[in-house]
Amino acid sequence: MFKLWISIKKDIRILLRDKVGISLMFVMPIILVVVVTSIQNSTFQLVAKNKLPIIICNTDTGKASKQFIESVNKIGMFNVTEIGKDKAASIADAMHDKDALLGVIIPANFSAEINKKAQTASDKAMAAFSGQTDTVKTATKTTSGLDPLTLYYNPVLQESLRFSIRGAIQSALQLVQTRQTLRTLYYSSNEKELPQSLENEMLNSNTTINMLPVSKDGTRTTPNASQHNVPAWTIFAMFFVIMSLGGSVVREKVSGSFIRLKTLPTNYLVGLLSKQIVYLGVTLLQAIVIFSMGIWLFPFLGLPALNLPSDLLALFIVTLVCGWCAVSYSICVGVFANTQEQSNGFGAISIVILACIGGLMVPSFAMQGFAKTLTNISPMHWCLEAYYSLFLEGAKLKNVLNNIGSLFIITLIIQLVTYLGLKRKNLI
Amino acid sequence: MAITNSFAIQIEHMGFHYPGNADVSFTDLNLQVEKGTRFGLFGPNGAGKTTLMNLMTGVLSVDTGIIKLLGHETGHNNKQVNQLFGFVPQDFSFYQELSPAENLEFFGAWAGLNKAQIANRTEELLDILGLKDVRNKPVEKFSGGMKRRVNLAIGVIHNPQVLFLDEPTVGVDVQTRQAIISYLHQLNKNGTTLIYTSHQLNEAEDLCEEIAMIDQGKIITQGHIDDVLKAHDHQSLEELFINLTGKAYRD
Repeated sequence: MFKLWISIKKDIRILLRDKVGISLMFVMPIILVVVVTSIQNSTFQLVAKNKLPIIICNTDTGKASKQFIESVNKIGMFNVTEIGKDKAASIADAMHDKDALLGVIIPANFSAEINKKAQTASDKAMAAFSGQTDTVKTATKTTSGLDPLTLYYNPVLQESLRFSIRGAIQSALQLVQTRQTLRTLYYSSNEKELPQSLENEMLNSNTTINMLPVSKDGTRTTPNASQHNVPAWTIFAMFFVIMSLGGSVVREKVSGSFIRLKTLPTNYLVGLLSKQIVYLGVTLLQAIVIFSMGIWLFPFLGLPALNLPSDLLALFIVTLVCGWCAVSYSICVGVFANTQEQSNGFGAISIVILACIGGLMVPSFAMQGFAKTLTNISPMHWCLEAYYSLFLEGAKLKNVLNNIGSLFIITLIIQLVTYLGLKRKNLI
Repeated sequence: MAITNSFAIQIEHMGFHYPGNADVSFTDLNLQVEKGTRFGLFGPNGAGKTTLMNLMTGVLSVDTGIIKLLGHETGHNNKQVNQLFGFVPQDFSFYQELSPAENLEFFGAWAGLNKAQIANRTEELLDILGLKDVRNKPVEKFSGGMKRRVNLAIGVIHNPQVLFLDEPTVGVDVQTRQAIISYLHQLNKNGTTLIYTSHQLNEAEDLCEEIAMIDQGKIITQGHIDDVLKAHDHQSLEELFINLTGKAYRD
């Protein structure tokens, strides 16, 4: 125990004097967590609170196009700027000039064709009401001559956001068409205008959608960008110890000190155990610092505060096993690398790959086939699943035992590979 | 551990080669060094001095034959054997980020000393080797001579019975060299066997009583320094060295 204690003291002293290593293990991940959470939060705000700038070039002179523009405005998602119809050909330039991400050209026959479609639908409806099936068939043959509505977009918009935008524009278009069909149908039936109050009643009484998070503990806390990002990037930060620890193992191995260690009556495994204990402490400290930032600092930065899970013991155990896995992986890379450059290069790239396949960058539920199977080999995946269960679903320890077990098995495999590497390289 | 014979080192029919490298290899090498001797091992660059030293200290394992240290075969139960000897490698073999006191604490513990023993030996060695004033400063800021003294202090922290020294004075000034040689004499007087290699042949003449010269993995001469010089009719080790190994570059 005395040898282990002295080794731990030695490793702590070396670590504390390695300013670059400390900054890599603490400052860089903290910056990463703040930046990524801010960006994710901004994306959320962009859709939820801010408005996307959109330019509309209306080449039509009818009422339907005006109603369409009004409907787009009412969605609340867009900041609409109208430009003259003579600028239709140069809408791309107008988008650049006005920093608009979206542009829509309403074709010249828009209102006329909407009216024609409404009339056709109305005729079909009237025929159906009166049982005149032949007339229905005739009406069905009538085709719409409406030119398509063209939506221009800036390529920086992500596909998922583009689909949301298209859905919103489509709903505005649907509203215009439905209104016109209703008015025409009412006029055909009653030979007078549809009363405004009835029109509003018919168009605005849609059933709303109430969104509620489903949690294991029955709470209804709405997840935010911090709840998603802080746990995920804390895992990444813990694996970032490879930049210091992997290099430390290689340095010791290739420097003269290792020759002397081999001639002393103490097994090198004591040294590796000491490193595991010290750097496990580092990973726990990283998690404490990053979680604390999420709780207390984020609100000052305009970011949503992080809410810790109710089962703090489960959080501690998951963090402990994840940290142990990160440390074991770092030592393993250090044992097999011949130079510090190899350790740092391979270490950095490999943890980015593990993060990718582990679901830190793209959610694992969005992965398909082989990619989804591949997630299972990434220790980050199991840790992330456990963290999400705790932070987002209100899970308890029993709910994450499967994740902890998988993480533990992966860690034991890494430890075994390290041991075999040490034996093969005659280091123990 | 009971010492049962009078030899510090016994090498019997030892064979070794680096995998994939035939430049340095030993075949059927035999060598004996008596306890309490100041033994010098010399040879041109690439002759195999450092390899032989690594084999004697168990850093490398022999392919054939045996090496015994104070009667105990190295490579078997070597952790017990490792307590009997100290090693001062040619490279600075310590943690440059740590101070001399911190290095001595760590290596002392790994050598099997307890807290009190480490404290006593640290004070003693820092005093003898002139490192007391810099005991808490990081070694990375030291001069080459000071680093050599730290390297030596770590090698002797546990009062080893046999001390291996691989070029312990390379790159140091005259004062440091004299201080180190003087300390090595003192250790030997107290019963420590010294196994020493160097290219400083004048220094070797001052320090060593027994020598062996090796070249291309073979011992080309061996014995008491005076007897060896007389047998080859030379006045100095340098003359003998050139005569036996030639003037051509070896690396």
